[in-house]
Amino acid sequence: MSETATPWLLEVRHLRKSFPIRRGFSRRLVGEVRAVDDVSFTIREGETLGLVGESGCGKTTTARCILRAMTPTSGEMLFRAADGRIVDLSLLSRAELRPLRPQIQMIFQDPFGSLNPRMTIFDNVGEPLLVNGLRNRRARLERVAALLELTGLRAEYLHRFPHAFSGGQRQRIGIARALATEPRLVVADEPVSALDVSVQAQVLNLLLELQTRLSLTFLFVAHDLSVVKHISDRVAVMYVGQIVELATTEAIFRHPRHPYTAALMRAVPAPDPHTPSGDAALAGEVANPANPPPGCYFHPRCPFTTEVCRTERPFLRAIGAGHLVRCHRAEELALTGAC
Amino acid sequence: MTPPVLEVKDLRVHFLLDEGVVRAVDGVSFAVHPGQVVGIVGESGCGKTVTMKAILQIVEPPGRVVGGQILFRKDSAPPVDLTRLSPKGAAMRAIRGAEIALIPQEPMAAFSPVHTVGDQIIEALRLHERQWRPTGPRLSRHEAREMTVDLFRSVGISMPDQRVDAYSWQLSGGLRQRAMIAMALSCKPRLLIADEPTTAIDVTTQAQILNLLRDLQRRHGTAIVFITHDLGVIAQMARYVVVMYLGRVMEQGSVADIFHAPKHPYTRALLKSIPSLHVIPRTLLPTIAGSIPHPLGRPHGCPFHPRCPDAIPGVCTERVPALRPVGPQQLASCFLYHRDEAAER
Ligand SMILES: Nc1ncnc2c1ncn2[C@@H]1O[C@H](COP(=O)(O)OP(=O)(O)OP(=O)(O)O)[C@@H](O)[C@H]1O
Ligand SMILES: Nc1ncnc2c1ncn2[C@@H]1O[C@H](COP(=O)(O)OP(=O)(O)O)[C@@H](O)[C@H]1O
Ligand code: SF4
Ligand code: SF4
Ligand SMILES: [Mg+2]
Ligand SMILES: [Mg+2]
Repeated sequence: MSETATPWLLEVRHLRKSFPIRRGFSRRLVGEVRAVDDVSFTIREGETLGLVGESGCGKTTTARCILRAMTPTSGEMLFRAADGRIVDLSLLSRAELRPLRPQIQMIFQDPFGSLNPRMTIFDNVGEPLLVNGLRNRRARLERVAALLELTGLRAEYLHRFPHAFSGGQRQRIGIARALATEPRLVVADEPVSALDVSVQAQVLNLLLELQTRLSLTFLFVAHDLSVVKHISDRVAVMYVGQIVELATTEAIFRHPRHPYTAALMRAVPAPDPHTPSGDAALAGEVANPANPPPGCYFHPRCPFTTEVCRTERPFLRAIGAGHLVRCHRAEELALTGAC
Repeated sequence: MTPPVLEVKDLRVHFLLDEGVVRAVDGVSFAVHPGQVVGIVGESGCGKTVTMKAILQIVEPPGRVVGGQILFRKDSAPPVDLTRLSPKGAAMRAIRGAEIALIPQEPMAAFSPVHTVGDQIIEALRLHERQWRPTGPRLSRHEAREMTVDLFRSVGISMPDQRVDAYSWQLSGGLRQRAMIAMALSCKPRLLIADEPTTAIDVTTQAQILNLLRDLQRRHGTAIVFITHDLGVIAQMARYVVVMYLGRVMEQGSVADIFHAPKHPYTRALLKSIPSLHVIPRTLLPTIAGSIPHPLGRPHGCPFHPRCPDAIPGVCTERVPALRPVGPQQLASCFLYHRDEAAER
């Protein structure tokens, strides 16, 4: 994809989201969790940006801010609406958001929890259509049947209830529901993490195919690097609420520039007994976002820490064309990737 | 070769429900030799956990072991068939937790929230004392606490003397799983069963836990049955692999055979469908057609036939293939290799 020709669809600038920590009887404010701490990225039309990192690093909070399931503490989230207007999602009221909702949809991790068990598949998938004014039942039936077919489900499933479906089928139903309003941006939070190997492959393929057919734009949140590599055009790596590296999928896997990215890659066990992997070099645990360490947040776990890392906070900066990294020593380190 | 410490033979565990019979485990056989790591791999619902529960005799009703043997061997003594022991009897209680220990998928549920993790391990040590230390004076509480601190240290828990006084819910996922491993190892089991021990944790923590298990296994020579749906984890952990589908063993063999020379169509398809770090981004993955059948709607004949690209009409749809040798150390249940050998039903 050409870097310049395609306009961006979403531009996130200096996004922050903090949660207050309260203690005791009076609910006294004793601190804050900086779950998302100055995150910036853009997603171009038709591309998939993968967002990876260990649990608790702020992936879901970032996703929920974009969907305005929560209001960011500060920052901008510029969205190019279907009519060409550029709106800052972070500033909009509920009423102002309503006409934009159909354009930004979500696919959830848990295919079981995301569907209403008391509603048929027709009602589950058709609900967003109804909410957005498609009152004619016949038209809705036709549209839902087409959506089921699009996601590889049979139309005769229309009047069944979610419990009659397997995990993979429910995830397809969740995808059909997300696509009902013809969204332009789809935010998927760990959409295949709860699925079995063979089902995961089917759903990943489905997402890839749908994206091409419907020219969708994806923010794809996951903790599994192999899955992210499979689906993303570009990848952003998060650590303790911050982006520590962002580059094209090709570049980041071939030549990671941040020690955390490289460590994540090495930790993945390869499905090949002749390739020793699953390196446990990354000791310790993710820093506490309520009380992050001074200097580089990663320094207590980094094998390359020097004096400057302990005291000075690194900025996210360009190290190559479209390759951003937050590390003092990025130029001098020779890190190995996975290709 | 030394005799196996565990031998599962044609194990069948069925759940008798009102709607019908769920044949959760339906003719599973494999052996575990001392000091060996055997991996059991398969997709959700294929019977991995039920197999594990049958070994420990903790299958909950309406589930029942309806056939087969589970032979457990202690040193040179003749093997005991665990299916013959009363699940609540003294003999089984002496084996469960002491001779055969479990690391469950969700350690949160395995620890009691009202006692400290240390107290729970101290209790286990004292309860099973005569299994892991047949002679000598009775273990004092103080001694047991010292041992627990040592165990915590050996599984890489920092500040072990403080952590033993923590409650499980005060520990992070990684620490909780380490504490669980400490508990499982406390009575020096002959066999350790790990049911998806790293499924709920991050890949970085997973790497540490797997390293720890490998290290402990090497040091103590414990035999491990390692259950997972993650083929990467299996490749890195196991020496011998059992591939299950719908309650039956599709294939088993050395880890090298299974990953580099798989014979069964299901194993082959499964291996191709995993996303790997070494692919070209944004390419479609080979998939297995269809989906895993409902437990009450098991296909007639070979359980894999509706999804199998190699199914032989009139054969695979009619009879169930038996698990037979396809190599020096490799077995498969597939008519492509044994046209005439059907399993009896
Ligand atoms: N208590 C129960 N009542 C009825 N059926 C059960 C019960 N427990 C398990 N089963 C059935 O037995 C079969 C095997 O289940 P099991 O839990 O062993 O699968 P598994 O391989 O461990 O799967 P997973 O990867 O999801 O843990 C499934 O079809 C399941 O629905
Ligand atoms: N509603 C909330 N209240 C307080 N803290 C929260 C809340 N939601 C998330 N957090 C904290 O914010 C951080 C980031 O969480 P999350 O975005 O869920 O991470 P991820 O999706 O990457 O696993 C974590 O430390 C988490 O505990
Ligand atoms: S800034 Fe220093 S501590 Fe942080 S990642 Fe780079 S080398 Fe490691
Ligand atoms: S027995 Fe037939 S259906 Fe079953 S795996 Fe072999 S070829 Fe396929
Ligand atoms: Mg999350
Ligand atoms: Mg299980």
